[in-house]
Amino acid sequence: MKVLVPVKRVIDYNVKVRVKADQSGVDLANVKMSMNPFDEIAVEQAVRLKEKGKVTEVVAVSIGPQAAGETIRTALAMGADRGILVKTDQKAEPLAVAKLLKAIVDKEKPALVITGKQAIDDDANQVGQMLAALLGWPQGTFAHSMELDDGSAKITREVDGGLQTVAVKLPAVITTDLRLNEPRYASLPNIMKAKKKPIAEKSPADLSVDITPRFKVLKVCEPPKRSGGVKVDSVAALLDRLKADGVL
Amino acid sequence: MASLVLAEHDNAALKDATHKTVTAAAQVSGPVHVLVAGENCVAVAEAAAKIAGVEKVLLADAPIYARQLAEPMESLILTLAGNYDAILAPATTSGKNILPRVAARLDVGQISEILKVVSPDTFERPIYAGNAIETVQAPAGKKVITVRTTAFKPAPEGANVPVEKIAAAADPGLSSFAGEALSKSERPELTSAKIVISGGRGLGSADNFKLLDSIADKLHAAVGASRAAVDAGFVPNDYQVGQTGKAVAPDLYIAVGISGAIQHLAGMKDSKVIVAINKDSEAPIFQVANYGLVGDLFQILPALDNELTRRGYK
Repeated sequence: MKVLVPVKRVIDYNVKVRVKADQSGVDLANVKMSMNPFDEIAVEQAVRLKEKGKVTEVVAVSIGPQAAGETIRTALAMGADRGILVKTDQKAEPLAVAKLLKAIVDKEKPALVITGKQAIDDDANQVGQMLAALLGWPQGTFAHSMELDDGSAKITREVDGGLQTVAVKLPAVITTDLRLNEPRYASLPNIMKAKKKPIAEKSPADLSVDITPRFKVLKVCEPPKRSGGVKVDSVAALLDRLKADGVL
Repeated sequence: MASLVLAEHDNAALKDATHKTVTAAAQVSGPVHVLVAGENCVAVAEAAAKIAGVEKVLLADAPIYARQLAEPMESLILTLAGNYDAILAPATTSGKNILPRVAARLDVGQISEILKVVSPDTFERPIYAGNAIETVQAPAGKKVITVRTTAFKPAPEGANVPVEKIAAAADPGLSSFAGEALSKSERPELTSAKIVISGGRGLGSADNFKLLDSIADKLHAAVGASRAAVDAGFVPNDYQVGQTGKAVAPDLYIAVGISGAIQHLAGMKDSKVIVAINKDSEAPIFQVANYGLVGDLFQILPALDNELTRRGYK
């Protein structure tokens, strides 16, 4: 069984993002970039399934500029077998990403696609669901845990009220939530080995997908700031204030 | 044309998130219709029919919708989509699960977690965990939107419009429900509570988290947690407030032993009044708090509890 793992290159989650003064977007110059944390969990899950013998091959895919190849290398160092880079300098919206991934799935024919539930840059939370719909596949989103059997999977999902388990037929798309696993750090020997693993390059045109953006970003601003308030010195003073504000 | 709102419910009760999504929908394209899909959920449809601003309620009552699984829900909404120029759902785990499938099949992009309807085709939405707000203009054609419910006021009740039963769509037969473990609580739900008291890593253990319970009971508050507290195993994940958890905007938010990581602030900074209780006077949480109490929470919480009792809160 083959697993496809889409991974996205995003601003590292530890970096405090800065909005550009001209409101055209977020400043990406000289900022540390890393694999989207939810996608790291997806790679880890796929590699663990391979280590358990349930999966034979893990293919990491990224869509982005040449540098997105580094993100694929990270996945290869964690244990993925090979990579596919869909190279484009054009920002791809979630629907375009889903279409590119569908074109790759049509060629690669994996039984499972595992990816992050959302990317921490655009916070869209769409690609996995869109890909599943375009393929006519079922989905297990926000996965907290999963069991893989022949021809089916059981996915326990993080939902607003707690946990929900769904059974889906394979092939299927699974999107990861934070508690599915704790991703490993790649060891130095594995980082060296990853340099020899193959990464195929394709363009959106090779896959016959038009990725022209549909939406127009008019501006990107800082959120309204909340100003800090006052320190109170006792619980009685606190409750007096809250009463006066009408919230108690 | 009109907009279609996907109702949030558990087959027994209609959730407040629906009322808030109706408010957003009316600003995008009126009139507003509400789709209630579930099993034995007539009461939910009747409740939806009372929301002011709703013109009609569509009720799809069939066993395949009992758990609102994404695959059959996609098929159902697609049979209706032709009649609407906007389809909206609250950005709950259910709305987020279902709606991108609908958008993809309609070949339109989805606008996720809108905070504001600037005009019928232009929206504000958070990116980078709420550290930036993007204003985005959608092309002509159908719009598929999820709504950050804390950013919209609930539409009031007061109408009584017809409920129209609609047939179930074909079941794609790809998925089935296999169980659930829902947190049971007598307290109000996190996302709709007027008061929320949340604990962070500062509480130190699952046992200590119970210090919040007695205060929550007196204030009729919901109990939440930071991601750090969830990751440390003090409480289950459905307590989590923040970018990767739930967004809340109560009248009063009390953060106890929470330092105020950006990802937590993203989920609660729209609260009306924020109180921070923390021993570190430099903690970032104090930069967003209206009232700060610096000190040992293990002394402050019992004192707060006693003071509430003294003032007649039970």
